[in-house]
Amino acid sequence: MTPMSDNLLKDPSEAVATDALLNISGLQGWYGESHVLHNINLTVKKGELVTLLGRNGAGKTTTLKAIMGLLKARSGSIKFGDAELINKPAREIARLGIGYVPDSRGIFGSLSVMENLLLPPKIADGGFELSAIYELFPNLKERLDSYGNKLSGGEQQMLSIARILRTGARFILLDEPTEGLAPVIIQQIGHTVRRLKAAGYTILMVEQNFHFARKLADRHYIVQEGQVVDEFHNNEIEANLEKIQGYLGI
Amino acid sequence: MFELLGIPPQALFGQVLLGLINGSFYAVLSLGLAVIFGLLNIINFAHGALYMMGAFVSWILLKFLGVPFWFALALSPLIVGACGVLIERTMLRPLHELDHLYSLLLTFGLTLVITGVFQYSYGVSGKPYPIPDILSGGVNLGFMYLPKYRAFIIVMSMLICFSTWFLIEKTRLGAYLRAATENPEMVSAFGINVPILVTLTYGFGVALAAFAGVLAAPIYSVNPVMGNDLIIVVFAVIVIGGMGSILGAIISGFSLGLVEGLTKVFYPEASTTIIFIIMALVLLFKPSGIFGREA
Amino acid sequence: MSVNTTIQSSASEASHGADNGAKTFRYQMVAFGLIAAFIIIAPQFLYPVFVMKLLCFALFAAAFNLMLGFGGLLSFGHAAFFGGAGYAAGHAAKIWGMPPEVSILFAVFVTVVLGTLFGFLAIKSRGIYFAMITLSFAQMVYFYALQSPVTGGEDGLQSIPRNHLFGLFDMSSDQNFYWMVAAIFALGFYILYRVVHSPFGEVLRGIRENEPRMISLGYEVQRYKLLTFVISAAVSGMAGGTKAMVFHLASLVDVHWTMSGEVVLMTLIGGMGTIFGPIVGAAVIVAMQNYLANLGPLVLIIQGGVFIICVLTFRKGIVGVIASWLKVRL
Repeated sequence: MTPMSDNLLKDPSEAVATDALLNISGLQGWYGESHVLHNINLTVKKGELVTLLGRNGAGKTTTLKAIMGLLKARSGSIKFGDAELINKPAREIARLGIGYVPDSRGIFGSLSVMENLLLPPKIADGGFELSAIYELFPNLKERLDSYGNKLSGGEQQMLSIARILRTGARFILLDEPTEGLAPVIIQQIGHTVRRLKAAGYTILMVEQNFHFARKLADRHYIVQEGQVVDEFHNNEIEANLEKIQGYLGI
Repeated sequence: MFELLGIPPQALFGQVLLGLINGSFYAVLSLGLAVIFGLLNIINFAHGALYMMGAFVSWILLKFLGVPFWFALALSPLIVGACGVLIERTMLRPLHELDHLYSLLLTFGLTLVITGVFQYSYGVSGKPYPIPDILSGGVNLGFMYLPKYRAFIIVMSMLICFSTWFLIEKTRLGAYLRAATENPEMVSAFGINVPILVTLTYGFGVALAAFAGVLAAPIYSVNPVMGNDLIIVVFAVIVIGGMGSILGAIISGFSLGLVEGLTKVFYPEASTTIIFIIMALVLLFKPSGIFGREA
Repeated sequence: MSVNTTIQSSASEASHGADNGAKTFRYQMVAFGLIAAFIIIAPQFLYPVFVMKLLCFALFAAAFNLMLGFGGLLSFGHAAFFGGAGYAAGHAAKIWGMPPEVSILFAVFVTVVLGTLFGFLAIKSRGIYFAMITLSFAQMVYFYALQSPVTGGEDGLQSIPRNHLFGLFDMSSDQNFYWMVAAIFALGFYILYRVVHSPFGEVLRGIRENEPRMISLGYEVQRYKLLTFVISAAVSGMAGGTKAMVFHLASLVDVHWTMSGEVVLMTLIGGMGTIFGPIVGAAVIVAMQNYLANLGPLVLIIQGGVFIICVLTFRKGIVGVIASWLKVRL
């Protein structure tokens, strides 16, 4: 069986899967003068959980920002369904059904938990009702009146995910959900992500924590110096473990 | 009747009333500046000129269209607020990415233009604006005489300050504003049109200034420079209160008006500069202002 | 993009090419030459009083630009120094009968004291806060000038005599005083030029571009800012004291906040991060005011309009654009 990596050498447009929800080809990005994304190519099929792996500074978070429209200087193609995102502003991209959970969590310290939760407007039907959110995140229910800046890291992470679920977005960009969190909390988050996947959400996740990623994901891309250099199905991990560890420096 | 420190009660309470009235204007104007500064991070130097414009528009509405005070109270802020929206959209938005000093310079230029236009059109002399009939006259409280319109100013100012505070702190729209102040990128990632929010916020702050202008028209003569020296005092008020703080603006505004009024009673020579002196003291001990967040 | 990067981009464009230092020096010498030539020839075809006024404002704007263009600090209260110096010099000349050089020195002394006091308090804040605080302090000076019997209130300090330079030369003739004013301008401008092109100036530039970095390198940033503020105030005082003697009058106009705004406009039009910009800017504004004097409030509208247009589309200023085009540092 030909390794997935060989497919990357072909012309990306040939390999377009017809049920790809997200299709990025030739994505380049700049922070000011600094050329940070050189040639990102990846696809995400509907219902998949795909991770971007790589060392610090490889360009993983930047890729998510580019998709979300938060990276101003970008070129190439980002197709979400039929829509081309490359020139759209963030607010339009959000309304197409993409939810962004940043690595900083983005919780508003001067708003209460309830206000944080209700802030993102509903952009589609089928989002979680408040009761369902409280059921999925019981500890948030107890903290509704607390201000955002009083929450622990884990609680902030939960809130960050929870408020996206209310909006009806079905494609989630999840950036480093486990960063800086205790193992117990990480387990809870893993639980939550698994339930979302089971509910049919499509997730593109950036993770430094490889062990967390391999328990959840269908596929993994390796990002290095602003490019996608390799790709593995979850069932190919064992066979390529050393190679992957080499990429990640672990 | 008793005398307080050698000051007869009528004089004392008269000055206290005056102080509260000045404080009302300081509060409403500081509030508008604070709202604009919170979200846009710019000092709207034109605030004084827009306050003047609010007064002038109500005068124009009365003189040429017969629109009475009560309608002007709503109409003038809407008109001037709309001008504010136009200003933000065409002139301030292009400067948003740059150093905020440019916005300060632009609003300074606007002050000159707006003042110049009204001076050119209507001259420098004050235009009279009558107190609405229902509010004319006053009430004798024994220890002082309370003019009805002046009491109205204080009440309306407190009302508008409280309403604005409530709007920002307790409503969904206010939550958008507070969130966008903290992290505008995140708010746009949720699908909210932040640029329009910014423009409308500027318009709202400007409308507050115009509202103060309408309130001022019957008691201060309506003239093109009525806002210019006032605005500099208001700047000092918000430095004292703390630049981003809504509550700080309101409380400082009223309190400093009161302090100024009392200074006029006991030490009149210092009354024009007392607020600046307090500002200097606040800067020595708490540069970010009494209620301010750290810069 | 900050004020810094507007200034930086002119400068970095200037430093491309190995001999650009030499090229810069050549063009700066040309600029000096032009200024000197103008000073010498101007009285032939312009009224000496007009040129003197121009030189005073040019010096004022240049002193102001030390703070804004090189220090990155926008002061909205420089009228306090310019106008305050006028009152001080006027007082020394009229009430104490001092010769002009002593009167102006006294004015500088007063502005140094004021500058140290205001600067110490204002430096604690940055950016917009700094601008507003300096505005407030200047307003205090304005109110003092308005109310104090010493300054003559609304009438100002009138009939200020010029007296005899060094006790010897009669300065009451405009022809004679012109050369004293020219000398003062040359001295003041030279001081500013030397400050900018010194190690002190380098540190100042560093602070403007990246203050945290300079702090971490161990520089006493607050002291540098304060010293810059005081120098700027002092040279503004030189200009203001001299101007009062040119017109025999110190008045409220010179301490009003609109004067603070005017010097900002001069610097903006001329070119903020440049040395020669303020001179050009001052010339433009003074000339404009002169020829539009009888238009009344229209002048306000035009000045405001120029402000707005400059901020929106012409941030580099006249000399800034020229310097960019020639790829030198002016």
